[in-house]
Amino acid sequence: MGQGMAWYVLKRLLQGVLTVWFIATATFFAMHNVPGDPLLNDRAMTPAIRANLEARYGLDQPLFNQYLIYLGNLARGDFGVSFTQENREVNDIIREHFPVSATLGILAVLFAAVGGVLWGALTALYRNRLPDYVIMFLVILGISVPSFVIAALSQLGLVAVNNLAGRSVLPVAGWGTVFHMLTPALVLGMSTMAYLTRLMRSSMLEIIDSDFVRTARSKGVPPALIFSRHQLRNAILPVVTVLGPQIAAITTGGFVVELVFAIPGLGRFFVEAVQQLDYTVIMGTTVFYGAFLVFMVIVVDLLYGFIDPRVRLQ
Amino acid sequence: MKQRAGQLNLAALRQLALLAAYAFGGLALVVWLLGLAASRTGGAVAGGAIDAQNNAITIALRTEPPQLDYGRATDSSSIVVLSHTIEGLLSYDDNMALIPGVAERYELREDGATFWLREDARWSNGEPVTAHDFVFAWRRVQDPATASAYAFIMYPVKNAEAINRGELPIESLGVRALGERVLEVEFERPTPYFDKLVAFVTFYPINEEFFASTNGRFGASANMLLYNGPYVMNEWVHSASMRWDRNPGYWGEHKGWLDTIHVGYITQDVNARLNLFKDGQIADTQLVPQMLGEAMERRWQIDRSMDGTVFFLQLNFREGRITTNRNFRKALLLAQDPVEFVYKALKEPSYLPAVSLFPFWVRGVDGYFRQEHPPPPHEYNVAKARQHLELARRELGLEEFPPLHFLADDSPIGAITSEYYQAVYARNLGLELRIDKQIFKQRLAKMDAGEFDIVASGWGPDYDDALTFGDLFSSWNLNNRGRYASAEMDAFIRVAQSELDPARRMKAFADIQQLVHDDVVIVPMYERGWSFVVDPQLKGFQRRAVGPEVDYSYAWIEERGGE
Repeated sequence: MGQGMAWYVLKRLLQGVLTVWFIATATFFAMHNVPGDPLLNDRAMTPAIRANLEARYGLDQPLFNQYLIYLGNLARGDFGVSFTQENREVNDIIREHFPVSATLGILAVLFAAVGGVLWGALTALYRNRLPDYVIMFLVILGISVPSFVIAALSQLGLVAVNNLAGRSVLPVAGWGTVFHMLTPALVLGMSTMAYLTRLMRSSMLEIIDSDFVRTARSKGVPPALIFSRHQLRNAILPVVTVLGPQIAAITTGGFVVELVFAIPGLGRFFVEAVQQLDYTVIMGTTVFYGAFLVFMVIVVDLLYGFIDPRVRLQ
Repeated sequence: MKQRAGQLNLAALRQLALLAAYAFGGLALVVWLLGLAASRTGGAVAGGAIDAQNNAITIALRTEPPQLDYGRATDSSSIVVLSHTIEGLLSYDDNMALIPGVAERYELREDGATFWLREDARWSNGEPVTAHDFVFAWRRVQDPATASAYAFIMYPVKNAEAINRGELPIESLGVRALGERVLEVEFERPTPYFDKLVAFVTFYPINEEFFASTNGRFGASANMLLYNGPYVMNEWVHSASMRWDRNPGYWGEHKGWLDTIHVGYITQDVNARLNLFKDGQIADTQLVPQMLGEAMERRWQIDRSMDGTVFFLQLNFREGRITTNRNFRKALLLAQDPVEFVYKALKEPSYLPAVSLFPFWVRGVDGYFRQEHPPPPHEYNVAKARQHLELARRELGLEEFPPLHFLADDSPIGAITSEYYQAVYARNLGLELRIDKQIFKQRLAKMDAGEFDIVASGWGPDYDDALTFGDLFSSWNLNNRGRYASAEMDAFIRVAQSELDPARRMKAFADIQQLVHDDVVIVPMYERGWSFVVDPQLKGFQRRAVGPEVDYSYAWIEERGGE
């Protein structure tokens, strides 16, 4: 088991490195194929000024050389200097702003997971009764209303509440204290929470009347124990499966929420870099997020073995 | 059975409630821990929009200033920060008149200029600002290794362009320090507007010793800059917040009346900024047309100002384009109405319909340029437009006009613009426009490559002189992306560049204005403006057409009286 496990992990990690290399290569060439380049500006440049800038950023080299140089730097973990924030290393940008996105993301995922599991279990217990209908209606709203709408509406709501209260109950935007995080994290986790609620409900319903539950009941296991040990634990598996990719998606997909709530997270850089054709930031954030996603999927696969003994890792 | 199920349900619910309690307890703990972590990455602000007690305000910026190394800065956010914290030889007063900065007086001549620096101009580390700081900074801008995109603005200084091309050593730049406090500038060609140029960030001074100590990270953070302006930046959390404090070492009393300016929020989302304003967290905010209704309901005082930029349809003069035909261009000009476009399509009350390449606020000899030299009025005349179109059709020997390639920005305004002109030219001239919407940099790339017949574009000022617009359509200007070229235009522009007599110089700009109209180099659309609202307690705040787009250096807080 121990050796098999080590092999498995090693194999998955190698696959991961390959995937990241592929992402980097594809992004690199796609990016350079887009018309325009990061040096273009409102003010046209004389050939001399342009040549100076190209030399500074190594854009005067043939494309394939640039690619090789890029891979070399990447292997050393150096993402280069941003084109738009000309004084900042992409590494610094990631180091300073990813923790913000991650903080927000972790909180959002926690809200989503806790809420999803609780609401899901509740609707299953009350299936086809009023609480079920009410919660499932909200779930459909949560899934179908895009996050920029929810974000804007909740911000308006905060303004209204603060105006009514005559003082700042919760901050409208900004970053720096616990109170700044609550609303954006909730908004960010909303659709995932809705999705998990639905998932939890259906998997709970599948299990609630299954054979092993009946067996447990007939041999006299106390109801509370049946619920927590047999039903909940089994029903939660699919939730854990989707949680890994969801964590990655949430921590990287917060662009809108970060913009609306003026949060200094990495998601904004990710999107604005594409608009600005900021080559190094596009590459840095894409590769970083790609690696993060791959890593999270591996972690979930490994975790699965611990939660469900029936799953054998090979 | 039913009873047993109920029993199970009850037990399950109880269990669920217990779990929920644990979960919320756990969540609270996590939230608290995350809060501790976040306090190091943000910059929470207390005090709200106006903090009269501490004489402080909180504001929001649209974007993180990308480049505070002012030898290389080009964007408006960076210019806002720099103009509050660093001062050049000259600066502007609250009425857009040029006033002394580090230089207490100056003299402009045909072949150069002399600036006498004040004794009490100090860097924030206590060192005096000397003539040498300017020599060092200017040489650095022209050094090819610096790769400054705005190096061109200094090309009037002797040898600048050659140095920037790498043909001469940087020491040959035509600027010298005669002692600590006299700066001597030599011109490449007569430059009667040089005093307006030196107020721009590219001409700001740099303390050489400090620069060396930053190890290539000049401008990268708050402590990687020295300040000599009315404010000192004491804190800068990237993309989150800044704090500017009044500079105790600043020489003047005329600027910097607030003790502290917090930049509490950085976001491009105008709605988020409006919400912050409504919540009393920021002192001013921009209003877009959809917000004006609510603003009026709330009885806010809505202020307006021009942002300086003129927007126009630029036509392609490259060989083979239909737009090279003058009658065709005449038809395009006559068949549309900027007044209708601005008030019916854009519906933005702060915008003005454009009639000239020169916006109305450009200065002439004594007053406004356009009062001294009124532009030819716009004529909206469809019948006449159709006559010109028919002439063009015959001159070009065409049966029918092919569809025109209409290039525009992929933005809300770009969409309104392209739809409006598509409809107008179809209705009035029977022309088909093929709309090509591109994100900003790709639009620029296509303009440079000449892939358009008509492009919706704009031009904003770099300095407060008519030439910042006037030389746009010279045959050598690379921003002349339609490649308009005429000997007549070039001749007018040469006069405008170097004529020392103000009246004759303004006459040259009037000639340029007339030629742009007669030759239909552009179809003017609008002069862009801002609608905005300011906290009633904050006075003296300005939005500017030239220089920083927002200016708090003359702002002060009015105490609430008698409440």
